[in-house]
Amino acid sequence: MVIRCEEVWREISNYLEDEVDPALRATMEEHFRGCKHCTAVLDGTRNVIQLYGDERMIEVPLGFSHRLHHRLENNMHGGRRSFLGWMVAAAAAVLTAGAVELASSASRSREPRSEHAQPGAGVPPEMMVVVSEKGKTFHVPTCTFIHDRTNLRTLAAREAMQEGYVPCIRCMKQYLKS
Amino acid sequence: MPDEGRALGDGVQHCNEETLIRRIRDGERDLFYELIRPYERRVYATAFAILRNESDAEDAAQEAMLKAFKHIGQFRGEAKFSTWLIQITLNEARMRKRKEHVHMMEPIVERQDEEGNYIPRDFADWREIPSETLERKEVRERLAQALSSLGEKYREVFVLRDMHHLSIEETARTLGISTASVKTRLLRARLMLRDLLSPGLDANWSSKLSFAKGTKPW
Repeated sequence: MVIRCEEVWREISNYLEDEVDPALRATMEEHFRGCKHCTAVLDGTRNVIQLYGDERMIEVPLGFSHRLHHRLENNMHGGRRSFLGWMVAAAAAVLTAGAVELASSASRSREPRSEHAQPGAGVPPEMMVVVSEKGKTFHVPTCTFIHDRTNLRTLAAREAMQEGYVPCIRCMKQYLKS
Repeated sequence: MPDEGRALGDGVQHCNEETLIRRIRDGERDLFYELIRPYERRVYATAFAILRNESDAEDAAQEAMLKAFKHIGQFRGEAKFSTWLIQITLNEARMRKRKEHVHMMEPIVERQDEEGNYIPRDFADWREIPSETLERKEVRERLAQALSSLGEKYREVFVLRDMHHLSIEETARTLGISTASVKTRLLRARLMLRDLLSPGLDANWSSKLSFAKGTKPW
């Protein structure tokens, strides 16, 4: 079997991932033996994967970890609070929890915002999606069919569906029944 | 073989993570540091891949980890914790990017049609580049610069798959795209990077660095 260079380039990534069938692999290997250009593309691509896959390629700024922990510490514990401060915070937490519970129990029973809704059961529940307050659908953040980008909110698909949002039929197409 | 090793390691890590997550939910909040420690660098690199600016990436990475902490109760364990964390980071970085209209400065390659075949531009012979060259800062900088010049959709896929070693399926799930799109973008990203770094194509960049005259960095 003969294969053209263009076809080899199209499959080179799959070849390196070991995702081509044995017949195609054998054909490509035969091609590499006689084609310097494709061998150069193969070696170069393999090198790219090896170099970028090295841990040393991921560098963080000096002091990153320290600053991160400091910020988390401040947010987790709110700095060093006085006893009175803790009491106020605890009372506020109880009130907030009550309010959140009320709000969530209200939203759980909410009807879908669109009557043309497609069941979103196939959408991964923990996938992070975006919604706008006035919209009816939830999208992946890169969806080109988001009409109002000014007031977007990020949440899990599961939460969006609990709030009555329905999947965008374009960006969520792969999860919806045809 | 390395994949098998990684899979076994992942399994052990997964068990530990489950325990950690349960204890954090039960109130041992300080254990969150331990939970995220293995992923700090990945989270930063993900934010940087989108924002391409150190301080913005650091801020987005911090914010993403705070969000993960606040919403740890919502993590159901259907995906790996690392995948969930990276997904939050991606969304945080994308949101910031949109706000700052950085997309106005996206490279031209962003607008290329990913359906068409990518034709390699350079066919110079590559000898194997030893990974020891990565000890040299200028080599790492050159590689990072080439990656930055790719369009965002290629950068995202490449960083998740080839730098963070997520599977094709995990990459697709994290980005909310199909596995076919991951494969197409990955192929393009790899071929574009190869062209950008090809020793035969750009004779200038190595001479700007402190390498011996006429010698490539590898």
